Amino acid sequence: MAFHRITFNVNGELEQADVPSNMTLLKMLRENLALTGTKNGCAEGECGACTVLMNGEPVNSCLVLAVECDGAEIVTVEGLAHDERLDAVQQTIIDAGGVQCGFCTPGILISARALLDRNPQPSEEDIRIALVGNLCRCTGYVRIIQGVQEAARI
Amino acid sequence: MSIDAHPGLPEFDYIKPTTLKEASDFLIAHAGEARPLMGGTDIFVRMRSGGWNDKYLVDVKCLEGMNDISYDPHKGLSIGAAVNMNRVIASREVQDNYALLLQAASSVASYQLRTRATIVGNICNASPAGDTIGACILLGGVLHVHGNGGIRQEPIKTFFKGPGETLLRTGDIVTSIHFPVPEEGARGVYIKLGRNKASDLSIVGVTVFGYPDVNVPSGYRIRLALASVAPLPLVVDQVEAILTETSIDEDRLMLAAEAAMHACTPIDDVRASARYRKVMTRNLSFNALKVVWKDLKKL
Ligand code: FES
Ligand code: FES
Repeated sequence: MAFHRITFNVNGELEQADVPSNMTLLKMLRENLALTGTKNGCAEGECGACTVLMNGEPVNSCLVLAVECDGAEIVTVEGLAHDERLDAVQQTIIDAGGVQCGFCTPGILISARALLDRNPQPSEEDIRIALVGNLCRCTGYVRIIQGVQEAARI
Repeated sequence: MSIDAHPGLPEFDYIKPTTLKEASDFLIAHAGEARPLMGGTDIFVRMRSGGWNDKYLVDVKCLEGMNDISYDPHKGLSIGAAVNMNRVIASREVQDNYALLLQAASSVASYQLRTRATIVGNICNASPAGDTIGACILLGGVLHVHGNGGIRQEPIKTFFKGPGETLLRTGDIVTSIHFPVPEEGARGVYIKLGRNKASDLSIVGVTVFGYPDVNVPSGYRIRLALASVAPLPLVVDQVEAILTETSIDEDRLMLAAEAAMHACTPIDDVRASARYRKVMTRNLSFNALKVVWKDLKKL
């Protein structure tokens, strides 16, 4: 199987890697770069636990090949905090009690950040629609949504 | 050792040609073991579950013209094959002139999946459940296909041959999809029934598109397409006939909805039983027809 040399940016750091054709972005993040915040829930684009930003837009990293990321800019949950400070939506979701087991949380945070970037004042319906692809089996979503609403307010 | 709880992707070689010709030539030279790769939302799922085992994936997303979207008030809308659904949904021109397409695209899966999913990919997979296919047919969509003999055009209405089967031949690459300017006063709606409110594949999908037409007795031309209730995306011609013959009222709409129910041939599967699908085809067809008819009457 062919290998490909790729250069890309992860959370502001330039990286180079030799990746096999069939390696997913998810696998590269978790196993090569030890960025294990991004989770593998279903590996088929249903659960959203693997959501990361690719060139500013959220994608299911289980359905993106690592080789397709040549030249791309990737942001994972590890890249949301800056200067030891959590991103606003990280803090508000914690404060709202929107985290239980935490497995869905990294994906939720990325989807929520992307929503707030493209629509700083989302309605509750906008938030629900933006999070359709992020399944949570613990919280029942209400507190997650409250957390995102709070982040939009501040 | 991998600690994946899920099977990884089988081995394949990723190929990234720089021209359409190179891509088509490669696909022809490796017939039966190479497949064009767009957003990968379907391919990787099928490769993991063992259904597809291609030796080569040929990434055609970055080839010329594939990422363009343009609108001309006389010629209509042209969407490059690699333009993702979120871009289609965010396009001003689509919002203003092709609301039906926008609505259908918005019903596909989730925001992050639509960052990768494409209208053309949805069509090329020829899944009978494709959410955007009904809109593409009723809006008169035509595919531009690059193949061995150069570029040719394929109307979507006649593009499907079976589940997953289309008129595409080895070496063919769809480069874009084109829509004419919709008829004056056109209205449409897509109603999707899934197991949950959003993100699921459809159990039944009903697309209705209509416009005023002074040349027919009813004064309106209204067409209906169904998803997930036949081996192919299905346009029910009887609906159009019933709704042009004579003036439209609710009984007439119910007659058309019943024609849709009789025309479909659903199966039992994990999402729903055939019987349920049939009944829901009638009910949702009636609802969709009523929405469009009421909208048209307001004109
Ligand atoms: S792991 Fe990617 S969507 Fe579930
Ligand atoms: S907190 Fe457990 S899945 Fe969401």
